[in-house]
Amino acid sequence: MSKTMTGAKMVVQALVDQGVDVVFGYPGGAVLPIYDEIFQQNHIQHILVRHEQGAVHAAEGYARSTGKPGVAMVTSGPGATNAVTGLTDALMDSIPIIVLTGQVPTFMIGSDAFQEADTVGITRPCTKHNWLVKETDELAGVIHEAFHVATSGRPGPVLIDIPKDVQFASGTYTEKSKRKSHYKPQLKGDIDTITDLAKAMEKAKRPIFYTGGGVINSGPAASQLLRELVAATNFPVTSTLMGLGAYPASGDNWVGMLGMHGLYEANMAMHDCDLMINIGARFDDRITGRIEDFSPKSKKAHIDIDASSINKVIHVDLPILGDVAHVLEDLINVWKSRGRKTDKENLAKWWDKINEWRKVDCLAFKQEGKVIKPQYALARLEALTKDHDRYICTEVGQHQMWAAQYLGFEDPNRWMTSGGLGTMGYGFPSSIGVQMAHPESLVINVAGEASWLMNMQEMGTAVQYRLPVKQFILNNERLGMVRQWQELLHGERYSQSWSEALPDFVKLAEAFGAKGILCDDPADLDDAIMEMINYDGPVIFDCLVEKHENCFPMIPSGKPHNEMLLGDASTKDAIQSGGAVLV
Amino acid sequence: MSPLKIKKGATSHSAYDLRSTFGDAIERHTLAVIVENEPGVLARVIGLFSGRGYNIESLTVAEIDHTGHLSRITIVTSGTPQVINQIKAQLGRIVPVHDVHDLTVEGASVERELALFKVAGKGDLRIEAIRLADIFRANVVDSTLESFVFEITGTPEKIDAFAELMRPLGLQEVARTGVAALARGVVSHG
Repeated sequence: MSKTMTGAKMVVQALVDQGVDVVFGYPGGAVLPIYDEIFQQNHIQHILVRHEQGAVHAAEGYARSTGKPGVAMVTSGPGATNAVTGLTDALMDSIPIIVLTGQVPTFMIGSDAFQEADTVGITRPCTKHNWLVKETDELAGVIHEAFHVATSGRPGPVLIDIPKDVQFASGTYTEKSKRKSHYKPQLKGDIDTITDLAKAMEKAKRPIFYTGGGVINSGPAASQLLRELVAATNFPVTSTLMGLGAYPASGDNWVGMLGMHGLYEANMAMHDCDLMINIGARFDDRITGRIEDFSPKSKKAHIDIDASSINKVIHVDLPILGDVAHVLEDLINVWKSRGRKTDKENLAKWWDKINEWRKVDCLAFKQEGKVIKPQYALARLEALTKDHDRYICTEVGQHQMWAAQYLGFEDPNRWMTSGGLGTMGYGFPSSIGVQMAHPESLVINVAGEASWLMNMQEMGTAVQYRLPVKQFILNNERLGMVRQWQELLHGERYSQSWSEALPDFVKLAEAFGAKGILCDDPADLDDAIMEMINYDGPVIFDCLVEKHENCFPMIPSGKPHNEMLLGDASTKDAIQSGGAVLV
Repeated sequence: MSPLKIKKGATSHSAYDLRSTFGDAIERHTLAVIVENEPGVLARVIGLFSGRGYNIESLTVAEIDHTGHLSRITIVTSGTPQVINQIKAQLGRIVPVHDVHDLTVEGASVERELALFKVAGKGDLRIEAIRLADIFRANVVDSTLESFVFEITGTPEKIDAFAELMRPLGLQEVARTGVAALARGVVSHG
């Protein structure tokens, strides 16, 4: 039975059929017919953001915290161009989101009409795929295909551009089950290579699992299988920024995050290992440091669903193309059926070595005096919130790295941060998306004051929908990471890296109808954090911290893993001319 | 705390120099890319090459299956083996791309290109031009008292050679189609 309806109604029907319960958006001339349909139904809740960038980041937060695709809806022209940063962010971090954009009517496309932009042209390089729908009959099928593409294989953002006349016209609705697609990424890995990896695991003297966001994206089963494999083999496990929570931070085999601001023991273990098993990570430049010296002695295996990630940066010996959960399941079965062997004697020596590195205690800090150290603020936040049903978002910069270092993640989908693109302004709208998906949970956005100001307009959204998101701002009145690099690289010339004319955050919160808390004394910090947690509503927590703190450990640009900086002492000339051109 | 093992002296290596761990020799490859014939698909392919800094030496595209909505894009590109592999993997993940075939490594293939040459000249030059065209099996598709348009088909190298010969004989204009290529034998790539 075929149903006839308007394009606008099709959009709502297709979203309902895809199980969508919330859409983040902002109306405008070119999407009015769809907004008219949204007005006349109760299946989908629409969250009105204050800027289209916020809508896309909120959809990202929703997607990352649920594992389901997030949906954003914006108008043509400026609505679409404002969505570009969020789309690029989602592409870099492989987040499944569907962005619906209005477009001028088909007969006006190309005429420089009011609020016209070449949306599919602009977003082609920042989406996994996009469509301009010119026939109402094709609209529902495209929307169903868009959900399939966004969530299959390596997930990513997709965009559907819908001209206004297509929204008004009537057409035949295509059922979800009738969708036609040739897009079917390979899920099962090559069993021969998986067997080779099992054999390598049996012989490895110094193995390590290097896990990434792919484990999270593969779904909860992948995290479960990873935990099973780690427990059965007793191999150490490290993770990228994107993969935190796939293996619990309290787990015995956890050696901490690796990379530029990763833990000493994790980076040393990566450098000295003889078998590196990359599971759903992509050898990002924040991870590898200098390519020539990246883990020079190891055999490398790489499990990834995206063929273009394999051998892109680092040549690997055992490439396995497939979905993490599928491959791990096969790997565990093969390894077990071969007798569950590991080189226990050498593995014990390897752990001795790792435990020696752990003794360096690279995250140690001293809280002295009357000024709050940012590390202390996060350590206290961790202590006071870790037993809550908790979700953490971050902005981008020093606070983000400290959050990754000092907060512990026990489960996947609990940690929302802009990894690949490094988008300042991501965290706050993202926390709104997370809170929408988890209304009863404690959602905290760890922020810097500079990042937070970039999307502060979303306070209106948080207050309007009574979303009790906690904005935990480590306020150093600086662009801290920029300042750190200027100190290390640019002769302590702090060009434009301080925040002047900052608002009074408490008054700002009150102006929006939210609660503001100021804390500038370490002695008051615990009480202030408890006040934030216990307040039933959005809170801006202005935590005044040490202004000149640097984030360590740090692998300077262009350096290998075993040349980490551990503290402020003699960081001078740490980054030489070859590394200075890198970001 | 003090930093560990900080080496003195600048490094000339860049973390972004991705090619040194692989073969350095630049290779020329001909790729056949079978794509869904939908709007923007060529822009996706070209955007990939420009966005990621790959070379395009030649590119041809046309619909090959009207009912199946399929087009064939033939791309001649060059790069180190690692870059060639990346190009293929990146092409493969474009959603409307059905298949990517590297004709250079997947057995023998034939490559042909068509070109039109406008040559203007008088007297001996004109006679020499038509004599050489005959040797190259080029056809005259337009002729005036002072000019010829030659049509020539062959490998890119043959067309290059013909162009070199025509240059001193009054070559005015060249139009080339770019390479079309097929695997030899019964192998079929759609």
